[in-house]
Amino acid sequence: MIELEKVTKTYPDGTEAVRDVSFEVDKGELCVLLGPSGCGKTTTMKMVNRLIPITTGKIFVDGVENTEIDEDELRRNIGYAIQDIGLFPHMTVAQNIETVPALRGWPKDKRRQRVEKLLELIGMNPGEFIDKYPGELSGGQCQRVGVGRALGADPPILLMDEPFGAIDPITRVRLQDEFLRIQQEIKKTIIFVTHDIYEAIKMGDKIALMDQGQLVQYDTPASLLYRPKNEFVENFVGADRALKGLQLIRVKEIMTSSPPLVEADEGTATVEQRMQYEGIDWLVVVDDEGKFLGWVDRANLAAGQLVSDIMNSSATTATANAVLSEALSLMLSSGLKILAIVDRANKVEGMLSFDAIQKALSEIAQRGESE
Amino acid sequence: MRRHVILVSLLVVLVGLTVWITNMDKIGVMEPFTYGEMLKETQRHLLMVVTAELAVILIGVPLGILVTRPGFRKLATPVIGGANAGQSIPSLAIVAIMVPLLGMGFGPAIAALFIWGLLPILRNSYAAINNINPAIVEAARGMGMTRGQIARKIELPLALPVIMTGIRVSTVVVVGTATLAALIAAGGLGRIILAGVFSGVPLITLQGAAPTAAMAIGLGFILERIEKWMTPRGLRIEV
Amino acid sequence: MLVEWTLDHLQITFVAVGIAVILGVALGVYITGKGKEHIADTVLYLAEIMMTIPSLALFGLLMVLLGSMGLKTIGFLPAIIALIAYAQLPILRNTYTAIREVDPAMIEAGKGMGLSERQLLFKVKLPLAVPVIMAGLRNAIVLTIAIATIAALIGSGGLGVPIVRGLRNARMDLIIVGGVSVAILGLLVDGLMSRLERWVTPKGLRRR
Repeated sequence: MIELEKVTKTYPDGTEAVRDVSFEVDKGELCVLLGPSGCGKTTTMKMVNRLIPITTGKIFVDGVENTEIDEDELRRNIGYAIQDIGLFPHMTVAQNIETVPALRGWPKDKRRQRVEKLLELIGMNPGEFIDKYPGELSGGQCQRVGVGRALGADPPILLMDEPFGAIDPITRVRLQDEFLRIQQEIKKTIIFVTHDIYEAIKMGDKIALMDQGQLVQYDTPASLLYRPKNEFVENFVGADRALKGLQLIRVKEIMTSSPPLVEADEGTATVEQRMQYEGIDWLVVVDDEGKFLGWVDRANLAAGQLVSDIMNSSATTATANAVLSEALSLMLSSGLKILAIVDRANKVEGMLSFDAIQKALSEIAQRGESE
Repeated sequence: MRRHVILVSLLVVLVGLTVWITNMDKIGVMEPFTYGEMLKETQRHLLMVVTAELAVILIGVPLGILVTRPGFRKLATPVIGGANAGQSIPSLAIVAIMVPLLGMGFGPAIAALFIWGLLPILRNSYAAINNINPAIVEAARGMGMTRGQIARKIELPLALPVIMTGIRVSTVVVVGTATLAALIAAGGLGRIILAGVFSGVPLITLQGAAPTAAMAIGLGFILERIEKWMTPRGLRIEV
Repeated sequence: MLVEWTLDHLQITFVAVGIAVILGVALGVYITGKGKEHIADTVLYLAEIMMTIPSLALFGLLMVLLGSMGLKTIGFLPAIIALIAYAQLPILRNTYTAIREVDPAMIEAGKGMGLSERQLLFKVKLPLAVPVIMAGLRNAIVLTIAIATIAALIGSGGLGVPIVRGLRNARMDLIIVGGVSVAILGLLVDGLMSRLERWVTPKGLRRR
């Protein structure tokens, strides 16, 4: 859907920011432009919507050369989200999000509907946020609104320049997960710039690794990790690629979806019998709505009468969409070899064991090396 | 609230003083100016201020904005530097220099006031546009707004309050400098003040000084309200 | 003659600014103290109102005031009082803002190192505030030169004398001599102060 053909950018003073870059992004794919500072990734992205003029080469958007469309019209069809966000401070959240629809002359109620839908999509309660001003929002909220604004008129393509860059690491992970969830729903064609390899591996369907203006390797994340083309790629990827490989798999792909459950008010005697019968050493404790409360271990059964007396209620959980590296990290820090997987409402969806992670890891490594 | 109280009481005192003096029969060797004369000079003073200000706004604001546009940026330093110089030169000197150049009267007075009042507006217009977070303009461009739309919907609303501040500062300063216009036969409330100074009758000086001070304070207050009114709600939020 | 006028002018300017600085900085520092915010607000507001009163008008008002107190109404006294009053706002406001806006991180660092309030003021806040105060000082001096020119009308001498005389007697030569001289004076001093400002700014804070 987006095709770059030998694109070059040379500045008047002779600097070659982008040299002979060619690659293709298919419809519905998220392509990450990755590389160290100054490698030309942002310049490349900005040539797609002509914020930076191309020196030589061509860029095709949906089959049409992008210089043949009026540049403002081109941009209205492409969503644009940048690191500093650039929310209009004198407009409300709603007015910000509906900028492009308004430019296109959508009627008022259609715009309102769209704004509400987008706010829900990005996880912000419309009733609360519609009339707020950017000055009243936190950094993470601003970033979300920035994404919402980029999606305003439902463009088929999105360009995102380090959109989660200016956020603290905890919020960033959450935003990344949210964004992936959104992308699953809307399936846009996206070019995403970042310098963070973890982000690239986690988010990308394909990665375009650039250095000093040139495209070094354009491949799937797994191939980049396990079949680096040259020394630069190897160094950039880093020696811990096994751990990085964990970014490629999501919890839901290897979790057990119906773990053995028990309710908090059960007696330990009953539980002991059950464990003996089913041959397991632990159970997940839930409340009457199925929400996660803790774990009960066979070894602790003697210590109390009810499950609630002896359960380990360390609250470490993960979502089904999380990547294995996060899950492993949580496991390690909680000291358990199993992890409860919950949905947004904290209801238990499944569980993940350490053994399962190990198994998955060795499978990827084998797969990556033999492809 | 307290500000308004101080302001209003000050205005009341000043106007009260003026009325009181104008009502007197004789002060020492002179008679105070009559209501008719007071009105006439006040009108003239106001006219000078308004004319000069309009000229400054019509030229200063577009000029200030112009030097923020690509292509004209190199002119920014000389232009603003020039206006700066205009303010380093004492107001009396500028007013007086007009005489050998343009003669005396209303016209030359306006010319002097223009030169003197230009800097605040020029500098503020420039800063207003220049200091807008570039990410905002980039986002707007990236979304496909035309140059005109960006100027109208983004830059102007964000710049307006700062420009308004410049207008306010300039106006207040020009009210003061306009008192000097009386020295070059342009009339205005300065005439009354000077009459008092030269004749050695302080109360007559006060008869001119009080309304001038009131005008400066009053105009300043009105313009400040307009300035607040022009600030978009989103910018008034204390983060 | 020109020399005499120029010297007179400079003399009254520096005396006025000198006193204004002492008063202004002291007052400015005082109102940055803890719990003095409302005083600060009022003081600054009054100073602002002061600025909106045209100088000629203030001279007039002062003359009335001094007359009613039985003091000399023309000459040096009313001039210097007015000049000090006008020079206050830039100095006062800049001192206040400069101290207030010292990066809180630096204050915290200072406190963390065990500096007392007084030491904090003299070792951290004031040095960092100096550039902004200098800018205010520069403003004040240029302003004072301008108003001192007008003060010639009430008999305080200086370069305003030839201007006023020239205007009164339609002597273009006097106007030009006075006008050009004081204009050059204003520009020179502004330029000098600009240099001084840069020189005083600690290297680390200078904007290239």
